[in-house]
Amino acid sequence: MTAYDLYLVSPYLALAALAMLVIVADLVTRRTGLLVGLAFVGLAAPAALSAWQLADLTSSGASELTAEGSVILYTLSIDRFALFFNFLILAAVGLVVLVSNDYVRRMERLQGEYFGLMLLSATGMMLLAAANELISIYIALELTTLPLAALAAFLPNARSSEAGMKFLIVGAISSAVMLYGMALIYGFTGSTRLDEIAMALAASPQSGPLPFGSMAVLLAVVLLLAGFGFKMSAAPFQMWVPDVYEGAPTPMVAFLSVASKAAAFALVLRVFYIGFDALGGDWWVLLAGLAALSMTIGNLVAIAQRNIKRMFGYSTIAHAGYILVGVAAVATVGDESATFGPSSVLFYLAAYTAANLTAFFAIVCIGNRINSDEIEDYAGMLRRAPFLAIALALALIALIGVPPTSIFIAKIYIFAAAINTGESLMTWLVIIGVVNSVVSAYYYLRVIKVMFLQPAIHTERLGGSWPVNVALGVAALCMIWLGVAPGAILGVAEQAAVVLLVGG
Amino acid sequence: MLTESLVWAIFLLPVASFLLIGLVIRPLGPAFAKSAGYITIAALGIGFILSVWLLRSSAHGEVYDFAPYLWLDLGSAAIEVGLLLDPLTNVMLVVVTGVSLMVQIYSMGYMDGDESFARYYAYMSLFSASMIGLVLAVNVVQMYVFWELVGLSSYLLIGFWHDRPSAAAAAKKAFIITRIGDVGFLLAIIYLFFQADGFAAHGLNALHIPHIWEAAAPIAAGGAGIVAGGALLWLCLGLFAGAAGKSGQFPLHTWLPDAMEGPTPVSALIHAATMVAAGVFLVGRFFPVFAESETAMMVVALIGAFTAVFAATMGLAANDIKRVMAYSTVSQLGYMMAALGVGAYNAALFHLFTHAFFKALLFLGAGSVNHAAGTFNMMYMGGLRKAMPGTYWLTVIGALSLIGIFPLAGFWSKDEILLESWLAGGPVPAAISLLVFAMLLVGVLLTAFYTFRMVHLTFHGEFRGGGERELHDTEEAGEPAPTGVTHHVHLGESPMVMVIPMGILGFSAVVAGWLANPIGVNSIFGLIPSHWLTEYFASGLHDGHHAPPFSIAIAIISNAVAIGGIGLAVLAYAWPRPFLATDPLSRGGILHTLLAQRYYMDDLYEGVIVGRVFYRTVAAITDWIDRNIVDGIVGLVGWVSRNMGSLLALAQNGQVQTYPLIAAAGGLLIIVLYLAFG
Repeated sequence: MTAYDLYLVSPYLALAALAMLVIVADLVTRRTGLLVGLAFVGLAAPAALSAWQLADLTSSGASELTAEGSVILYTLSIDRFALFFNFLILAAVGLVVLVSNDYVRRMERLQGEYFGLMLLSATGMMLLAAANELISIYIALELTTLPLAALAAFLPNARSSEAGMKFLIVGAISSAVMLYGMALIYGFTGSTRLDEIAMALAASPQSGPLPFGSMAVLLAVVLLLAGFGFKMSAAPFQMWVPDVYEGAPTPMVAFLSVASKAAAFALVLRVFYIGFDALGGDWWVLLAGLAALSMTIGNLVAIAQRNIKRMFGYSTIAHAGYILVGVAAVATVGDESATFGPSSVLFYLAAYTAANLTAFFAIVCIGNRINSDEIEDYAGMLRRAPFLAIALALALIALIGVPPTSIFIAKIYIFAAAINTGESLMTWLVIIGVVNSVVSAYYYLRVIKVMFLQPAIHTERLGGSWPVNVALGVAALCMIWLGVAPGAILGVAEQAAVVLLVGG
Repeated sequence: MLTESLVWAIFLLPVASFLLIGLVIRPLGPAFAKSAGYITIAALGIGFILSVWLLRSSAHGEVYDFAPYLWLDLGSAAIEVGLLLDPLTNVMLVVVTGVSLMVQIYSMGYMDGDESFARYYAYMSLFSASMIGLVLAVNVVQMYVFWELVGLSSYLLIGFWHDRPSAAAAAKKAFIITRIGDVGFLLAIIYLFFQADGFAAHGLNALHIPHIWEAAAPIAAGGAGIVAGGALLWLCLGLFAGAAGKSGQFPLHTWLPDAMEGPTPVSALIHAATMVAAGVFLVGRFFPVFAESETAMMVVALIGAFTAVFAATMGLAANDIKRVMAYSTVSQLGYMMAALGVGAYNAALFHLFTHAFFKALLFLGAGSVNHAAGTFNMMYMGGLRKAMPGTYWLTVIGALSLIGIFPLAGFWSKDEILLESWLAGGPVPAAISLLVFAMLLVGVLLTAFYTFRMVHLTFHGEFRGGGERELHDTEEAGEPAPTGVTHHVHLGESPMVMVIPMGILGFSAVVAGWLANPIGVNSIFGLIPSHWLTEYFASGLHDGHHAPPFSIAIAIISNAVAIGGIGLAVLAYAWPRPFLATDPLSRGGILHTLLAQRYYMDDLYEGVIVGRVFYRTVAAITDWIDRNIVDGIVGLVGWVSRNMGSLLALAQNGQVQTYPLIAAAGGLLIIVLYLAFG
């Protein structure tokens, strides 16, 4: 291992070190503000190192930093794609740390561990976005999941324990299933490296009309997808989502809903676009099916929910469906707009992160004060907490996909990418997506109605501490900014998505 | 030479002032309200200096061409944000910032003591910023955004005293009627957007204004010739619909007289000098496009000339001093449109330029009169000359300038319009051009008459009691008190903070015309070459249309007609018998009623079209469809969604054992489906 290798993995090391540091700091100080400050300011280190790598990448003109002779070559790929997710995940975790300020003050102990686990999970997510090889993928995935399971069970009540337990069990089963899929892939292609898998699959003879060339590959892809589907919270692997969302600590749910989802989609994009590049004609139908199923189930069931966190659980399933539309939008190879699909996914993830964090931050704030997540308790929130109510309303409008907010542009790009493939099935998928967006307006707007029109039961004014308000403000501004001036992030997403095509 | 950021500052300063007042000053409460005025005045003052500087350096041959910034890339069309600094923009900037500055200073006196002082200045800053943004825009979408923002701020300011039902109604009316025109503008933009691929094939951006000029020019003239024939005509008509709505051209003029419900300085700035001129500006902005379509030019010329006469006739019978001014504005905007239609691009813009000064002056005069008499109804004024000599003489100057008496500003610009339509050198047939000339000449007579009717009724004769008397009379008649009328009558000159801006505008109303004198003028600002302003406008066009030589015959004819009109007004209202109580025009019987009822057009729109056609017929049918068909479908979707949702929620039984079961079943199903159909 050379110094250069250390430099390549330095953002991950820095983030993991920060996690340890926060846990240790908790031993010596009782001041919560210090922990929040340390965890937030410490994020500057991995961010700066990632920025340094980005600058290197720009000046060298290469597609990735990992060079010949490096021990992590073919394991981790430090490219624009990975860096895009580094920044996205760091931004999300930074804002969530700020928002946790009020939340952790109510805990009697284990405050350091709370932040430490969150940062460790973020390390796993960043690794997941860079992982280029099945074993690393598996390790990164476990590093992501296990701290989250612990976090889900963090509150000393039955619901939280149940959430943690379910997350752990379903996570373990999906891991096992995914490992089985990986084993089959290895058995079939003789490699765990995505690029070699791609070559082997491209070279293997197609045995008859069987999809994916052979039964083994079909089985492997389905098993892998079952594992990934758990992380993406896509149907029919979504059953754990509402239970965990309802029971787990709200800031952790905010983190889970955006960062974990982003990392999972990074993984899916890499594995399918690079590893299964040759089979693009087969798997896009599978993903399109999952997309339609997720959108429909998520939106329909969300209508029946009374608990806002549970409702957001179903909402996140629906959004996984929209994003899968973009993943399934595989353009014909050699087409100049080949990056359209994946880059629209990246943009959607950024837009969704901004909007969903805004919504969850407002929910954290409100839930913290009224000790309830029932939608009916949000009555009259416009008068009790105008800033929170307006921010939440804006976020809900964004999640429907109404201009001028981030997700409006994101949905336009995703659907345009789908239409662009020229497949009639994709056109139908877009129609399903649009109908679903309309249905989703029903349950999102209902929350706004309750907040704005129904009279308040209590009149006590609510508000958060300044770090919470800052985080909420930043997330809301990003949400509007991405809707009004999406150009910059779209450009970055397009550059990042190029990696997926060069690699394959 | 200005840097790009200095030009942006002209726009950004009022934006900053708006934000500062809205977010900081207003929440601080009434104690700080006064500072809102100073902030707005400072922002516009700096903007005015920068605008003059820009105009001056541009007139000295400096070319400003800044690359626009990309906002949204939509494939072959790109929405950009940038600056289009041609002579038209540069002159408009000076007009907008200059008049706005005067009006803001005047408002410090006029709005003094109003409980919403800060809100007033916040809106005024928003309006000024939007108007400046409109004239600077280089992209049609950018332009449209500001076009609507200007409409929005106009709405807010007309309804400024929103506790008065009539003000709220007028604001709504203005908003809706201008919106009808805006649909045309929007359709034109959508049409351009759909032509984006055709434009891109020539390396042009369909939303970039100079590229649209190029696209409309025929190939023979070195253009791209992409938009031609019928499409070109419809494009022009769409743009003109937007322009007609904003500039109150027939038949979309009905909102402008009602818009006088707003504070008088608002009327002076928005509904006389700047926003209503935005329609003329829009046609001027796309003049190279209009010029390629003879039919479109004919429509513009005839509608303009008709509006000029039509509005003037309604001005004859109005008793509200601001309404007289409003009809006069509509009429003068008709002159500008007619001039554009007959191809007199520079004369039209020249008239826009001079009109801004004398009409703003007349409105501020009306506000000053209201300050003293407590009413806007001229029937209760009279004899104010002695009490307020400053206002009197300034109003007379504005009136003479409006009528077009040599050598005031209005004369030079109106004379040029008449001359060009007489010469008939434009793209429309000569007969049309001469018809326009004849109509505009009739307009001169009417203008002179109603203007001096206003002067006599307001300033000459004996004082007839003002607002106090009017309230007394309406009370006796058992009618509700008219809005804006107060018991507060004090006959005396308005404070200096109001008179001085009027004086500056009065000075401009005298001398602004010399900027396009037929002979070179030696002024304190140095030598002004002959036809300087009109030549400067012409330099903005590719085939610059030059001003024709001055014609003494036309000047004598128009002045004789104008003096004739003044003479008639004197005979009717001042000499030999002074005006007492009844308007001699009211003996005109049915004709007078027709004029006083504004040709019943408001009744036609509100009673017949909206009330009968829309409300009873169209709305009834759509209501039935909505209730029975649309609601049915929506209800069905809702019912299915709710019940499916509950059904699916059943599977969520909370037992973790079932979760992998369902996942496994799903996975299995995928494999089976693949094997069956793959």
